[in-house]
Amino acid sequence: MLTREEVQKVAHLARLELSEAEIDLYRGQLSQVLDYVARLEELDVVGVAPTAHAVALTNVLRADEPRPSLPPEVALANAAHTAEQQFLIQRVLDDA
Amino acid sequence: MNLTALTLTQLRDALRAGDTTSVAATEAAIDRITRVDNEIRSFLTLADEIALEQAAAADRRRAQGDDSPLLGVPVAIKDIICNEGIETTAGSRILEGFVPPYDAFVVKRLKQAGAVILGQTNLDEFAMGSSTENSAFFPTRNPWDLQRVPGGSSGGSAAAVAARLAYGALGTDTGGSVRQPAALCGVVGIRPTYGRVSRRGVIAYASSLDQVGVFGRTVADAAAMLQVIAGHDPLDSTSLAAPVPDYEAALTGKVVGLRLGVPREYFGDGIDGEVAAAVEDALARLVELGATVHEISLPHAPYALPAYYLIAPAEASANLARYDGVRFGPRLMGDDVTATLKKTRALFGEEVKRRIMMGTYALSAGYYEAYYGRALKVRTLIQQDFQRAFEHVDVIAAPTSPTTAFRLGERTADPLTMYLSDVLTVPVNLSAACALSIPCGFDSQGLPIGLQLIANTLQEGLILNVAHAYEQTTDWHERAPDLPDTGGGDDSTETE
Repeated sequence: MLTREEVQKVAHLARLELSEAEIDLYRGQLSQVLDYVARLEELDVVGVAPTAHAVALTNVLRADEPRPSLPPEVALANAAHTAEQQFLIQRVLDDA
Repeated sequence: MNLTALTLTQLRDALRAGDTTSVAATEAAIDRITRVDNEIRSFLTLADEIALEQAAAADRRRAQGDDSPLLGVPVAIKDIICNEGIETTAGSRILEGFVPPYDAFVVKRLKQAGAVILGQTNLDEFAMGSSTENSAFFPTRNPWDLQRVPGGSSGGSAAAVAARLAYGALGTDTGGSVRQPAALCGVVGIRPTYGRVSRRGVIAYASSLDQVGVFGRTVADAAAMLQVIAGHDPLDSTSLAAPVPDYEAALTGKVVGLRLGVPREYFGDGIDGEVAAAVEDALARLVELGATVHEISLPHAPYALPAYYLIAPAEASANLARYDGVRFGPRLMGDDVTATLKKTRALFGEEVKRRIMMGTYALSAGYYEAYYGRALKVRTLIQQDFQRAFEHVDVIAAPTSPTTAFRLGERTADPLTMYLSDVLTVPVNLSAACALSIPCGFDSQGLPIGLQLIANTLQEGLILNVAHAYEQTTDWHERAPDLPDTGGGDDSTETE
């Protein structure tokens, strides 16, 4: 069973804010799902390569040539706060 | 002419013959949506004015000799597929008001082919769910029984086609979200091989599992739509360059010598008796047509669902990190950037939060190898099961869903109960196979049952043909739900 602290830590990593009631709710539900997926431990996977995705494509590249893309005003059109062709955000780094 | 009772291919023939116009068909669809969809609620956004303009343009193109494959045919798309200029929400409040600045590749293809796009259909939020009850806006109801779910996550698209509100529809299938609602709503739903259809402009849930799929009332309808959307896209680096065969030409109806594999693990305790019986009857029909049936084993089948519920949430936790209120969607301001992120991301619904947290946990330091790393190895074992099976059989047959449509609210208390709805569909998403669901009967409550056909990589033509051969021996596709305008379940397609 996950602890409340573990749930809070995971929520913070995912930048989700949970109420006290939600912490308890998700704690129970996540624990239940983790118990269920734990049955994968029954399998011997020694020597088995992981499959990240079904199709065997790697390094799909194109020539480094510029092409038309979205005009700036279109790219910014759905943003809440913009200025001078930039998305505005709050300070991320603390003052030294 | 009862326009909305026509199949997609029947409408196309009527348009080609000049017996009707796209404007007439689009008006009929909009009229029917207006009268019937307040009960079903399959549409989130009905773009009626734009659809009528597209219809008029289609009629003008036809008058100039254009015969593009979907010219003038009204279809619907799941609201997780970007439609330029039309609000696209992924069924979530965190994208409320988002207006895509470009069309998804599949939408571009539909428009080039002349299709009329009626609007955006309802879904479980971010495609996470099996009932469409996780839509942030409202649930969609099953046209066959309005107290029951249409399945999910593409429940709106499935319901719209079943209720004759659109001639075809697009959905997405990450763990079964096209096939399962197709089964529960009594329509055809195909989930192509991963990479067969471009994901550009499709709002991502789990990038190694997502695939656009098609709903149609008949196999020929689904084939016609798949033909238009399949193919390489240089802007989706997971898109396959393999040429697209002629799916409609593949519908020969001939299945003599076809080897059908029936996995013993797919007919276990959790499968409803009437569902198993209908699937067995369908197999018997195919045997009458010349196929043979072989019992096979997919020994890692019991591990597919747990692997999926590690891999998909892990990928989702990364994909949904972009919802930070900066570039799209509402932004709820806090005192600092972390507070703003948390307040904004509180707009996610419960299931989405649950899966983000599952994924974050499975990828976190100390747990990555035990959970996500292990699940990726199990994925290899599941893919190997399919490869081994396809050395001995051509097509694998099974039920699509363990049960028929359940009641609204019946499975929402316990996430795991809902997740088990996907037990028969997720193995395909984890592998390089393709699959479809085709109606194969109704249970004693009149609820549709779906037969799932699975084939190896890029064998869509094969499963479409097998489904078509079966469909020709039945009339399931001619039955309609008892809604206004269908005359109580007997759908007449005769011209007046």
